[in-house]
This record gives sequence, structure tokens and C-alpha cells, in this order.
Amino acid sequence: MIEIEFRRTTLFAGHYGSGKTNLAVNYALKLRESFESVVIADLDIVNPYFRTKDSEELLRSRGIEIISSEYANSNVDFPALPSEMYGVVQNRSRHAVLDIGGDDRGAYALGRFAPYIIEENDYDMLFVANFCRPLTLTPEDALEVMREIESAGGIKFNGIVNNTNLAALTTPKTVYDGQEKSLKLSKMSGLPLKFTAVERELSKAVKLNNVFELDVQKRYYDLY
Amino acid sequence: MEKVLMKGNEAIAEAAIRAGCRHYFGYPITPQTEIAAYMSKRMPKIGGTFLQAESEISAINMVYGVASAGLRAMTSSSSPGVSLKQEGISYLAGCDLPALIVNVQRGGPGLGGIQPSQSDYFQATKGGGHGDYHLIVLAPASVQEMADLTVKAFDLADKYRMPAMLLADGTMGQMMEPVELPEAVEYKPEKPWAVTGTENKREHNIVNSLYLVPEQLEQKNIERYEKYRTVAENEAMCEEYMTEDADVCVVAFGIAARVSKNAITEARKQGIKAGLIRPITLWPFPKEAIRKAADKVKGFVSVELSMGQMIEDIRLAEDCKKPVSLCCRVGGMIPSPEEVLKAIKDMEGGKI
Repeated sequence: MIEIEFRRTTLFAGHYGSGKTNLAVNYALKLRESFESVVIADLDIVNPYFRTKDSEELLRSRGIEIISSEYANSNVDFPALPSEMYGVVQNRSRHAVLDIGGDDRGAYALGRFAPYIIEENDYDMLFVANFCRPLTLTPEDALEVMREIESAGGIKFNGIVNNTNLAALTTPKTVYDGQEKSLKLSKMSGLPLKFTAVERELSKAVKLNNVFELDVQKRYYDLY
Repeated sequence: MEKVLMKGNEAIAEAAIRAGCRHYFGYPITPQTEIAAYMSKRMPKIGGTFLQAESEISAINMVYGVASAGLRAMTSSSSPGVSLKQEGISYLAGCDLPALIVNVQRGGPGLGGIQPSQSDYFQATKGGGHGDYHLIVLAPASVQEMADLTVKAFDLADKYRMPAMLLADGTMGQMMEPVELPEAVEYKPEKPWAVTGTENKREHNIVNSLYLVPEQLEQKNIERYEKYRTVAENEAMCEEYMTEDADVCVVAFGIAARVSKNAITEARKQGIKAGLIRPITLWPFPKEAIRKAADKVKGFVSVELSMGQMIEDIRLAEDCKKPVSLCCRVGGMIPSPEEVLKAIKDMEGGKI
């Protein structure tokens, strides 16, 4: 498992369905091992299902504060953020993880918080890449999405996370191929590849020195 | 073809494009908006048309126009939006036009909610619009099937000159799974009836559902029902899972079938012989499989995200030979494997 130099604020953004929420939850849990006060904020105004809130019980049991739309997982699709969200960027006593919605449309919600984050200048803005997603199969596609998000969110990326996976069908080769494309994206964008996220069980078989181990939430529709 | 990781909604959109659909018309509604979003990104790059119509009603009538010209067209929505489309769907049926309508269902009635549901079963299978007609209704239960059945729906619609519906639910639309996408085809319509311009070389083709002479309209309806009989005889599809020795047969489609499979695995572990018939086509309903199972099982359990809309089709298929119980959650809720297991046990023990 890779040693991460944590910033006060870590933002996960990327293409729709690249695995940002799952990463953010795992990252917050990891942060909590080193810091007393951790908050995770769900800025997703795009995705109606499968939210940070799904992990609320787990997060709260570890003493992690969760801030999310009061309508998340409800029967209402209302893209509004709670006012507590400002506290995440303004109250600098806590370590914060921000889960940004997918694509540029998701990143629009970030715009009003970006100035605070940039001013404080103690953040990682990480681009989550899954090269098994059909609209980001190549580093070129991913770079296009990256630029769109930066322009919508008003803040530039400063790192890349390789989260290439095919859900239950992920093999070490899937991860290696993703790593290769991530390194290409790193070269094209000039941003470092911070780490490669791999499901905990699978990570035992992955021979890379930059692995961040993930626990993946079981869903009700998964077949036993 | 290498597998990719997709949302169910995206898989529908990409599969439609690969099946040669170049005309998509829609209006946003959760939980199916990813179909429109995907189309808006892809269609301009391949010379296709993505159009966000001013309403669901406009969208379905744009489909009517493209289908009349013999090309593959589709629209998608979720429950309340599909209600709005019913008039247009009836017109498509009345003109014998092939087209694809996708319904990623959410809780109802009325505005309901955005969470998954299967409560548009009646609307889809019994004809939500006016007049004597049927749609071919396909019910996917994985992201792979979201792709495969989209292609199948276009093919069947063309083959029988009738509209087809893909009936999914919010979970199927939102969940992500690996999928092997179908091969892209270059679609060459063979539709001599289509309105494509006569070039002054042939008689006009006319696409219309208005008949001024009642005898002609009656005849048209009779012919259409002969066609429906052929479809019912040839196109019913289902998956049977552990039914050979089953005492209790669960009947479920879509997301309910996935939960049921997990319940059946657990039932088998506990020594209860349970099996599953999963209708893949809801119209035509897989009557034959149910009828055969009725000779062997103690009873059926219908697992649904509706208040039991499928039960009457099960009873009709098995001639009320065996009891049918209902295990359901509604309003955006999903039955748990434990709830299904309890329903299986109750049927097995004669407690229904």
C-alpha cells in the first residue's frame, strides 16, 4: 500500500461512473487513520442513485462527518447542496474529502467553492480515470474530459488516480493496462500519477508499487 | 470485442447506435437521463441526430416521422414521461411502424418518485394507449441484456412492423457492469412501404392510422391480430433457473429476478427446491414455460416491484392449476432476498 502525503482538502473528480464516490469513501476512511477530524462532502448533483450516503453508517461509525444533499437517496431529484458545504472549505481545522459529480456538468457545483480551496492552497484535485469506460478508452479522451471539468469547476487538477476496473471481472492485466494509459495521460497533461486504486482482494495479485487498496461496497443487485 | 464498464442506460444508447439507430428524440427525466446524455455526446460525432424535444409528446411524434421514412428511431423516458407518449405509441401501432421506446421505470402513480419500480407492467403489456394493439416488450436483467435486448428489440420491431418497448427499471438503468457491446452494423432498411420519395417512379406510400371506412379498419385490426398470434407463437423468451426439480417456482423479471436468484441460492442451501422462470419477453408472455412448470410445482411466487400486476398473466398461463402468491415492494423499494426466501418457504409449507 502506497504512502500518501495528505493535503487538507482532497477532491475527486472525473468522468461519469469512473468510481469517484467509492474512492472518496475509502480515502476518507484512510485519512481517519491519521487524523482526528475528517469530513466527507458529497457534491454530486448529477447522479440520482448510489451516493456517498449509501456508506453513511460505516462513515459515521468511524467518526467521519458526512455532508450530503438532504435529498440524496430520497424520492426527489433536487440538485441542491446544503449550506454546511461552505464549512467544508472555510473551516480549515478538519481534513476534507470532496466527491464531485461526473463530467463537466457535475463539476459546475464546484465553482462556488473553488476560490476558497485555491486561496488556502493545501489541496489535491485528483482526476479519477477508468479506462474501461467506453467514452474514456484512451488518454486522449480522458484529457478532453479533464479539460472540460477544469473549465466548469474553476480549479485545475494536480494529480491523476488510476481507477481502471471492470467491476467483478477486473484482472491484474486490467489494472496494468490502466496504469499504462494513466502514465500516458500523466505525460500529456504534465500531472503526476498519484496512485492506482485496486480492490483489496485483487491487490494481492497486482505487482505495482503505487497501489491504494479499496473496499468495494456490496450492492443488493449483485449476484451471490 | 473487449468488455467495457457501463451503466445500463449507457449500454442501451451505445447498443442502439450499433444497431444502426441514428435518430434519438427524448426529454430528460430521472432515472433514464444518461441515455439522452450519452446520445447527445455520440450522435453528433457519427452524423446522427440527437434532439431534446420540447416535450415527451413531441419526441414520440418525431420517432413516428423517422420510422415512417424507414429508419431506425428511438425515444426513451421514465414512467410519467412514457404515459405522455401513449398517444404517439398507439399511432405507431396503428400505422404498423417499427420503433423503439425505452421505459426505465420509477415509482408511481403520478409523479411518484425517482427510485426503481416495475409498476408500468400493465401499461407496457396490455397497451397503455387506445385501440387494439400490442407492443413487443423486452425486460433486461443485466447491463449486458440492456445492450443485447436493445438490438433484439430493433430487429423484432422491423421483422413484424410493430413498435417494441424495452421495459427496464431505475436500478437496471443506473447500475454498472462489464458488458460486451454488440458489433456495429451498417443499417440498410428494406422497407418498400416507407415514405422515401417516389422519384416519380412509383405510387405514393402512405403512412396513416385513419380509416374512413369501418370495414377496412376492422379488416386491418383482424390482420394485425393474426400477426400478433405469430409473434406470440414464435418470440416468447424466458430463462429457466433450477426449475427441473423445483417444488416452488418463482416468476420474476428484471431487477426482481436478480434478487430472486439470490433467494433461490439460499433456499437450495436450506434444502428447499426452488427455481425461477424469468420472462425476458413480457409480451408475448412465456406462457408455455409456466404451463409446463404448473404440472410439477406446488405453487408459484410472483416477485414484483408492483402490486401484483404480473400475477394475472401467470394465472392465465397455468390455468389456475396451482396457487400463485405475491412477494412485492413498491414505491421505489426493492424486495430483499430474505423477503423472497420467506415467500418461497411459505409456499413450500402450504402457508399462503
